Amino acid sequence: MTGFVSFFRRLEGPQTVGRGPAFWSLFAIVLAIGLAYPLFSDGYTVGNTVYFFVWVFIALSLCLIWGYGGSLSFGQTAFFGIAGYGYGVLTLNFGAAYGFTLIAFVAAVAIAALFAVLLGYFMFFGRIAGVFLGIVTLAVTLMLERFMAQTAGPEWHIGSARLNGFNGMSAMPPLTIPWPGEPIVLFADVGLYYFVLGLLVFVYLALRILMNSSFGNVIVAIRENPERAEMLGYDVRKYQLITFVIGAALAGISGVLYTAWGQYITPSSMGMTAAALPLIWVAVGGRSDLTSTVVGTLVVLAAFQALTIYGSQYALVFMGVLLVLTVLIAPNGLVLGAMNWLGRLAARLTRRAS
Amino acid sequence: MSLLELRKLNKHFGGLHVTNAVDLTLEPGEIHCLIGPNGAGKSTLFRLILGEHHPGSGEIFFAGENITALKSFARIHRGLSVKFQVPGVFKGLSVRQNLEIALQSRHRGAELEAEISRLLGFLGLESEQAQMAGNLSHGQKQWLEIGMAISLRPRLLLLDEPTAGMSPEETHMTGEMVQHLNADGMTVLAIEHDMAFVRQVAQRVTVLHLGQVFAQGSIDEIVADERVAAIYLGQAHA
Repeated sequence: MTGFVSFFRRLEGPQTVGRGPAFWSLFAIVLAIGLAYPLFSDGYTVGNTVYFFVWVFIALSLCLIWGYGGSLSFGQTAFFGIAGYGYGVLTLNFGAAYGFTLIAFVAAVAIAALFAVLLGYFMFFGRIAGVFLGIVTLAVTLMLERFMAQTAGPEWHIGSARLNGFNGMSAMPPLTIPWPGEPIVLFADVGLYYFVLGLLVFVYLALRILMNSSFGNVIVAIRENPERAEMLGYDVRKYQLITFVIGAALAGISGVLYTAWGQYITPSSMGMTAAALPLIWVAVGGRSDLTSTVVGTLVVLAAFQALTIYGSQYALVFMGVLLVLTVLIAPNGLVLGAMNWLGRLAARLTRRAS
Repeated sequence: MSLLELRKLNKHFGGLHVTNAVDLTLEPGEIHCLIGPNGAGKSTLFRLILGEHHPGSGEIFFAGENITALKSFARIHRGLSVKFQVPGVFKGLSVRQNLEIALQSRHRGAELEAEISRLLGFLGLESEQAQMAGNLSHGQKQWLEIGMAISLRPRLLLLDEPTAGMSPEETHMTGEMVQHLNADGMTVLAIEHDMAFVRQVAQRVTVLHLGQVFAQGSIDEIVADERVAAIYLGQAHA
């Protein structure tokens, strides 16, 4: 029983911003709005909101590896792509019956994680760190993009799934939940919305618990000073590898959800632009905090989409400017900076009131 | 059986022999100080003992076990612990969290909280516990890191210049801290330039010069040794 309570007490802690009744009330209100939102909106807009949610998982993966762990991975899109293509290949071959899309979901994420075990083993046990880690991971994702781009010919297929080169793979079934009578097909509107929202809340809370646990303590210790962490008896390489694999799985979740959402995946999902964008969302929001990452990612994505509609070619330039401004003005992230400021303000007000 | 035994330890970077056939034996329960002019190879010797550098030749025995090939974290598990020359605290984390990270592998829950409080008291850092470790004064950082190092309850504590940047009072307090730990059974090997500290705590002193053991004995014997004075003066005149 006490173990149970202390487990949930880890929802709050030094590694995550936000604590106490005020924060959790706000959390409940935001969640309630999120749950009620489809009732007040049309299917297209709800589907578009799912699209934003889908990207939050890859942003959280970067938050974990880079923000908390201090290792800049430039190649989370590699895991995104592997899981996305994995889902496509599996479902195009085996269909959607008997809940197989959910099995394909888990399997595709597992394949991405397995790839991360291999890649991470060579990087971390080879003591690659700092900028070189960024270079290796970027090279991996660009290599995968190049490879997939040249698979246009009919000889490139896995089972009955054609890879289709730069045109990408399409027409895979959406996620389908088996149900007595009629299976529930999660098309990119209300059904998928609730599925993804539920998954997002679960992942967010689970990561809060993980980062405030003793494991999370070691992860931030490695970010602050890997030598000291090792000299406290922690096998730094092992902790870095585990973090990297969890991050890869999160990026993989994004990949599968994206593919299932649009029933479509292309090599450019692993390209340079795709690799750079999550870095911007996370840096602008506040990479060293989960909540800041979620909020920042959603805000920047919505702004980016609005800009793309009104001035398509300038949207990417704006993202670059936003990154530069963030680095200059609030290097820890705009959302995180604002939340810390609000926290200090609240503390000052309560002190004055008492 | 000796606690630590270095046998003919060699380390060279290119043509430079940083340590040259160093033999050193530490008995359990002693406070041993390592002195010598800059560049004598003291910090390199620490890095060899900790496994951050690997010797070109020679062997390291800890409590009878050959640890020459072990990784650093595995040596820590055997009962080694260190305070670095430049304080290696986790600057962006609170003082309390620094200690928690050091203690969490041996204690949990309420026991962990109690142990953190006890250590904060021992280090005199209670009122700073919520501070970021990076905001502490230099001396406080040194103490915090000593606190982290002793959290592991090591059999052998390595201290690389524990009193650097401290006032004479702080240095004396650090000396008392070390004697207190030693009274509890901890063996200590300290690199130190401050002779007041060495005089206060050292039971045995080893002088390292140009990567070799130059002299060894009690502090009085070392101070009386004219050859030791000559290498320090020689350096001062160089």
